[in-house]
Amino acid sequence: MAANWFPLYLSLRVAVVATLLSVACGLWLAWLMTNREFRGKRLLDTVTQLPLLLPPTVLGYYLLVLLGGSSPLGRLYESVCGAPLIFTWHAAVVASMLHALPLLTQSACTAFEGGRAYDKAARSLGASEWRVFWRVTLPVSRRTIGAASLTAFARALGDFGVTLMIAGNLPGKTQTAAVGIYDAVQRGDGRTARFLVLVLSAATFAAAYLTNRIGVRPVAE
Amino acid sequence: MIEARITKQIEAGAKSAGFTLDLDFRAEAGITVVFGPDRSGKTLLFDSIAGFARPDAGRIMLDDRILFDAASRVKLSPQQRNCGYVLQRDALFPNMTIRENLLFAADRLPRLERHRKVNETIERFQLGGDSAGQRQSPASERIRCLLARSLMRSPRLLLLDEPVQGLDARSRRDFWPLLRTVAESAGIPILLATNHLEDCFQAGGEVLVIREGRIVQRGRPRDILEQPANVEMARLLGIANVFQGEITALDPGRNTSRVKIQEHELTGTYFPGHLLGDRVWLCAHAKDLRAAGRNGARLENNQIPAKLLHVAELPHSVRLEFSGDICVDMPRSEFERQKDNKEWLVEFPPAALRVLS
Repeated sequence: MAANWFPLYLSLRVAVVATLLSVACGLWLAWLMTNREFRGKRLLDTVTQLPLLLPPTVLGYYLLVLLGGSSPLGRLYESVCGAPLIFTWHAAVVASMLHALPLLTQSACTAFEGGRAYDKAARSLGASEWRVFWRVTLPVSRRTIGAASLTAFARALGDFGVTLMIAGNLPGKTQTAAVGIYDAVQRGDGRTARFLVLVLSAATFAAAYLTNRIGVRPVAE
Repeated sequence: MIEARITKQIEAGAKSAGFTLDLDFRAEAGITVVFGPDRSGKTLLFDSIAGFARPDAGRIMLDDRILFDAASRVKLSPQQRNCGYVLQRDALFPNMTIRENLLFAADRLPRLERHRKVNETIERFQLGGDSAGQRQSPASERIRCLLARSLMRSPRLLLLDEPVQGLDARSRRDFWPLLRTVAESAGIPILLATNHLEDCFQAGGEVLVIREGRIVQRGRPRDILEQPANVEMARLLGIANVFQGEITALDPGRNTSRVKIQEHELTGTYFPGHLLGDRVWLCAHAKDLRAAGRNGARLENNQIPAKLLHVAELPHSVRLEFSGDICVDMPRSEFERQKDNKEWLVEFPPAALRVLS
């Protein structure tokens, strides 16, 4: 029987999109938290880190309530995209982002804090905030952010609980590799389960190895 | 000219007790040294001037421009202030070569002008333009580059926060003539923060001594060292001998005073502004006192018998630490001749004793 590549393809697609979105949001959040003083900063920081601590089922439930067809956000999405978000691969992206985003934000905050002196020097030289970010902040932190992106990618690749709750387990539509393993085990399909487990393990190992390769070099190098 | 009146409350942190930064000063073109121990508010002062910290109250003016005014809620951004700032931490952009660091600073100039200015600067400051900023350049070149980079925009004020910290002796020695040349040619106020007394002398110019956020003394470095304002200043300046004593005689006609220190009466110069019986703090530089073996001799005027407790090596002499917290610096060759003495006499020349307010 030919291997079903769809769960892997979908996982890869979800992980890539979720990582890219997380990088964009995470960098913005990290910049905001390291460069601006505002009311509720500590609360925002705590909320950003919550997905790492909350049980996936709790997170999934929140998302169902927040993005479901009867919620304002869900209705807004439906009016823009023409279809509900829940039980689509877009929902799987949102689920994966939830775990990728805190990892990226945390690492980027640390990197930006470490490069504060460079930002300060650049500002004193008259550079605009935009120029400081693109020419100094980001290049100086690139290794840390690269390593964090790989970790976030690996985390997004294997998300299970939240994905199952808000994207469901629709073969050929929303069934990611992690959900596919669960499904295969339920069905007693050991071959498919082993295949998916091996591929996910190899991909995660590669991501972890690359993270270490990037991470061991000093940020300021 | 920079004119600053700044008040800022600093909350107690893990590393220091809280204090209030409360400074009011003016500095003309040339080098002004801001001297003080760690966590006395030097960097906070510079950050406030450069726009990275917001004072609670006060006003900062650079020439005729208001950089900050709490009353009218004016606060220019760091980009608008045109203050060159060499930070305490080496902040050459590590992702750029030295030339790129300079080009970054000269970004607003037209292209040809930018490259001309960068080339001139590389030559003037003897920089290896295409060597990488952080990885390959020696420390002396990095500090020259930091200085050059901060001057690329022709700032109206230059802030140097402990620029020679961590440099080797030779690099430090080379830095000062360069800075003095820059000060002469730029014609702008240069504020230099340091916690090393030697830097005050090297930089020249006026010194503002700050401690716990307040200016405790200002003047020429030599004057401050010769006549510290108070006990704290004397200790801050590293003056080894600080004693409490009681004035027992004052004779303005003969320009003499008698003071009782540790049960011994010593003669000093006349202490104006003091009365008989006043308890005062006095200081004496270790290099100004003399020590010799007693060898059964009688005590003469201004001599105190003392027991040698410890000998510490200094670069060009030895420091003899006696009982009664008395320290005397002695040339090494002389100490070699006298080291077998069992009993010592320390002599306080009258001019060495200075009364602190």
